[in-house]
Amino acid sequence: MIEVKDLKKSFGAQKVLDGISFKIEPGDSVVIIGGSGCGKSVLLKHLIGLIRPDSGEVIIDDEHLNAFDERRLLEVRRKFGMLFQSAALFDSLNVAENISFVLRRERQLSEKEIDQRVEEVLEMVELPGTQKKKPSELSGGMRKRVGLARAIIYKPEILLYDEPTTGLDPVVSDSIDQLIIRVREQLKITTVVVTHDTRSMRRVGQRILMMVKGKIYAAGPPEEIFASKDPVIHRFVNGISDTKESDFLT
Amino acid sequence: MSIVVRRFNDGLLTLGEMAILLWEALGSLARRRLKFGDLVYQLYHIGVKSQSVVLITGAFTGMVLAAQTYLQFHKVRMDTATMAVVSVSMLSQLGPVLTGLMVAGRVGASIAAELGTMKVTEQIDALRTLATHPVDYLVLPRLAAGTIALPLLTAEAMAIGIGAGYYTTTVLLGVDPAYTWEWVLKYTVPNHMYGGLFKATVFGALIAIIACYKGLHCGEGAEGVGRATTEAVVIASISILISNFFLTLLVGRLFAP
Repeated sequence: MIEVKDLKKSFGAQKVLDGISFKIEPGDSVVIIGGSGCGKSVLLKHLIGLIRPDSGEVIIDDEHLNAFDERRLLEVRRKFGMLFQSAALFDSLNVAENISFVLRRERQLSEKEIDQRVEEVLEMVELPGTQKKKPSELSGGMRKRVGLARAIIYKPEILLYDEPTTGLDPVVSDSIDQLIIRVREQLKITTVVVTHDTRSMRRVGQRILMMVKGKIYAAGPPEEIFASKDPVIHRFVNGISDTKESDFLT
Repeated sequence: MSIVVRRFNDGLLTLGEMAILLWEALGSLARRRLKFGDLVYQLYHIGVKSQSVVLITGAFTGMVLAAQTYLQFHKVRMDTATMAVVSVSMLSQLGPVLTGLMVAGRVGASIAAELGTMKVTEQIDALRTLATHPVDYLVLPRLAAGTIALPLLTAEAMAIGIGAGYYTTTVLLGVDPAYTWEWVLKYTVPNHMYGGLFKATVFGALIAIIACYKGLHCGEGAEGVGRATTEAVVIASISILISNFFLTLLVGRLFAP
């Protein structure tokens, strides 16, 4: 279980997280939404201990991350897989080496077993036969799929997605959404997705947390959020910048 | 005044953070986190690929030094002592310092740019999410390879510098080879070489740790990477020149006859 208690984080004078609290039960699929720069990605990085809070706590299965040093955090991170906004593939390694990075460093499987696992996850993300390609040879959507394959190869319990569909065309975005759902259902893992893609949040999320100015502004199932008459929520999920527009709250 | 104080404090802070990074890398080494494959890969990039630049530097430095020394010594009829000066200089000072400076330029820039790019493209965060400590995977292999490769490169620079100097003195300038060699053997002692190699080892560690630090702490975007790369080369080069003075004093004591 992921539990966040009164999390606060500032960068200089800018308050990014201002007392965030929530719980995510095992197997949940939660989407965190909010405008650009509202602190979604910063929050996501707190969950995996990449950023340390100024105050508040992140608790993963009763383990308080704040108390851990980097080496201890590495052990906790084995429970996590993370897909970065840019996919963050290692430029110097090919697709197979990127995906098998953790397995090769742990040295618990033979080369044959590793190759087999790489093949399996590439099938799962619908990129078979791309083992030898370099990240520079891949399109944006393919890079995200490889990033996802790298995140799921060691079978994590929790998967974090940082804006998985940003910068992709609608068709590729749709395929990534389907992939997120398929991975969640096949591997039975907890999923946390940060996005501002409204179609994606409606399809992927079982629960939505909406952030505004570093706080959780609203939480609930997608239907509830999308039906909300609250002006802030309504404007965001319908993409309305001007309240004088004709369809505002109609 | 406040700017001077602030700069001084920033400098001290950077120095402290570099010391912590070095300490973490040594801790990682003690925990046996160094993978043989990573070390070999870095040895190839830092050592093998730096050979051409180091050999050219060593050869022409030896030749220039021999020619210049000959021109001065010839006036006082000490032609045959030319190579003794070249030999001692190449072994104790020019070999390690020039190799260090050339490697700082080539490898320091490359390490800082690579790690800096990895940082701004979230690859270092990705490493951490993959339960891999950046010090284990990025810093330790480069530190170990730098520390091993620099004395070897320096030895090459020393050898080719003396060889090229000898060729210049005896073949091009026509000085008697037997007397030249006699003076070389008389004034050159193994401690000159040991001292030079010891200094090169320290320079190798300095270049690697400064470049890794600058890469890991680089600012955002292309500008951040560019600045980190420049700073890595400048700081590593200046550190080599300053530490060379103190190391020369230390080596004088350590390897005193």
